[in-house]
Amino acid sequence: MLGLNSKDFTLFLVVVVLVIAAPILLNPFPSDSAFAQFNAGYPALMQRFVIFGILVIGFNILFGLTGYLSFGHAAFLGVGSFAAVWMFKLLSYNIVPAVLLSVIVAGLFSVVIGYVSLRRSGIYFSILTLAFAQMMYAIAYSDLLGKFFGGIVTNGETGLQVYNDDPQILMSPGDPTVPHLFGWEMNSSFTWDVGGWSFVFQNGYYLSGILMLASFYLAIRIFRSPFGLMLRAIKSNQNRLAYTGVSSRPYALAAFVISGMYAGLAGGLLAAMDPLTGAERMFWTASGEIVIMSILGGVGTLIGPILGAGVIKYMENIVSTINDNVVHGWFAFMPDGIENILVTVIHPFIGKGWHLTLGLVFMAVVIFLPGGLVEGGQRLGRLFERRKVEEKPPTATTEPAE
Amino acid sequence: MGILEVKGVNKRFGGLQALGNVNLSIAENTVHAIIGPNGAGKSTLLNVLVGKLIPDSGSVMFDGQSVLGRKPHEINQLGISRVFQTPEIFTDLTVLENVMIPCFAKRDGAFRMHAIESVGHEVDIKTQAETMLADVNMLEKSNMHAGSLSRGDKRRLEMAMCLVQEPRLLLLDEPTAGMARADTNNTIDLLKEIKAKRDITMAIIEHDMHVVFSLAERITVLAQGTPLVEDTPDNIKGHPKVKEAYLGEAAH
Repeated sequence: MLGLNSKDFTLFLVVVVLVIAAPILLNPFPSDSAFAQFNAGYPALMQRFVIFGILVIGFNILFGLTGYLSFGHAAFLGVGSFAAVWMFKLLSYNIVPAVLLSVIVAGLFSVVIGYVSLRRSGIYFSILTLAFAQMMYAIAYSDLLGKFFGGIVTNGETGLQVYNDDPQILMSPGDPTVPHLFGWEMNSSFTWDVGGWSFVFQNGYYLSGILMLASFYLAIRIFRSPFGLMLRAIKSNQNRLAYTGVSSRPYALAAFVISGMYAGLAGGLLAAMDPLTGAERMFWTASGEIVIMSILGGVGTLIGPILGAGVIKYMENIVSTINDNVVHGWFAFMPDGIENILVTVIHPFIGKGWHLTLGLVFMAVVIFLPGGLVEGGQRLGRLFERRKVEEKPPTATTEPAE
Repeated sequence: MGILEVKGVNKRFGGLQALGNVNLSIAENTVHAIIGPNGAGKSTLLNVLVGKLIPDSGSVMFDGQSVLGRKPHEINQLGISRVFQTPEIFTDLTVLENVMIPCFAKRDGAFRMHAIESVGHEVDIKTQAETMLADVNMLEKSNMHAGSLSRGDKRRLEMAMCLVQEPRLLLLDEPTAGMARADTNNTIDLLKEIKAKRDITMAIIEHDMHVVFSLAERITVLAQGTPLVEDTPDNIKGHPKVKEAYLGEAAH
């Protein structure tokens, strides 16, 4: 179906269903229950799930297939956001030109950066991309371009946003004053109250979700194409590939540009959800987060990056909002002494300490599941299969472990 | 006029004359072995032949075109394939994918953006690869990871990857280095089989006399960077100069 083999099509279908039903699935606890804290089904967070999903799907085309570890991918995200906000400032709040320009500008930047960085491989490639990204961050943070040309380009540490006196030449009087798709406002939503639950379906989330599904579909096609096969060959043995008559540089550059454009799309969508941006989006920790997301989920797998992005954004937004009072609430039924001890033990891992939790989770995954969360899923799957086989030994055939 | 013509090639590394006035002509459809003691310049010569090293002077012509200064993928496109000392294969991919890649390379050239079609739909390429695998008796291993093959099978796979492109010249760099006697004999049989089935020119750089005398139709003996003598295996065996420079030394 759709040019995919049945296994990939099933996977794609599962992701489609998850994206459509996320506002319900991610809100399992009634709004007034003690666990409502863990609900992730609110628009701002769901948008982040799918937008960072796009970013990491694209990153995985480069890192997962070719093995080139870009350590400056957030730069393309940032560039995309700046391009989109400039479109809002100059034209109108319609997101179509904004997102298109984000993708194009990120693509152009990645051609230049990729062309230079891909002259080296391994750690040197990573350092070159990191250097480029930090240069771009520094330029954006101090708005060197603005100082050079006079006026503002990135607006330094204040960040770029839309002001009332911006030209917005395509704006007619009745147009919405928030990002919209031909009048369909990104931040408007429909709330469905049922029982103790309240599910929010937001336009912006669904638009990003559709674009993520399109990106995911394209990524599957690339993974299964001859082009994808060549990219995997680059990761496996460049020497043999060269003596097979293939020039690996243009393949790697194409992968780099594609993943840069994915990042630009993600950056444009971030701006479309909230029309302001700043240089901190390009900082190296943001690039590092992308690497961590893809390793956590499973490098080179189709679904891994989306899982990784989801887990990290969940922790960043949920674990970081848990404070001591909430934990006191959980353990209120215990004697005071024990309650205080438990709260003290948990304290470093919650709120601002969520990075510590993330670090421990990341270490556990890298050490015990080198293939990421996807490998965890596969092991679970195999465990269940083995049980089934043991239950009916007469028909069972033993297969060598892979 | 041979398919590969090396004329007056010199190469110095600092004070060391690695190759001195090397002239070599490899005739089409022959198995030509290049032998010589350690440090005779065999590897340097091979690196010159594949464009990896540019000689200080002289020319290397393949079918009327110079190979010097060309990149590895361009050398391949001229019709030269190379088998390495340790098999160079795509260890992370399946055996079938390993053979499909050279098929794609042969059809599509150095770069083609084929990002949307599915590999599974490339029936021609798949058939071509499977026919080749059947030819080297590896069809039943199609779906295995190339990295998990035995050493002999890795060598077999590498040969299949080279042969599927139907090269006009196959360069073999010590194809049996480090192999057990049984594996060596298998490799010799494989090469004989390949030679019997198709028109192909092979240039073998080899240490092992057993391999050389089982396969070669012409032998060039290198010593101290210069060709000492070139002749048929039978004549080489009894040649006094060769005995002195190489076989004599090997008898120690």
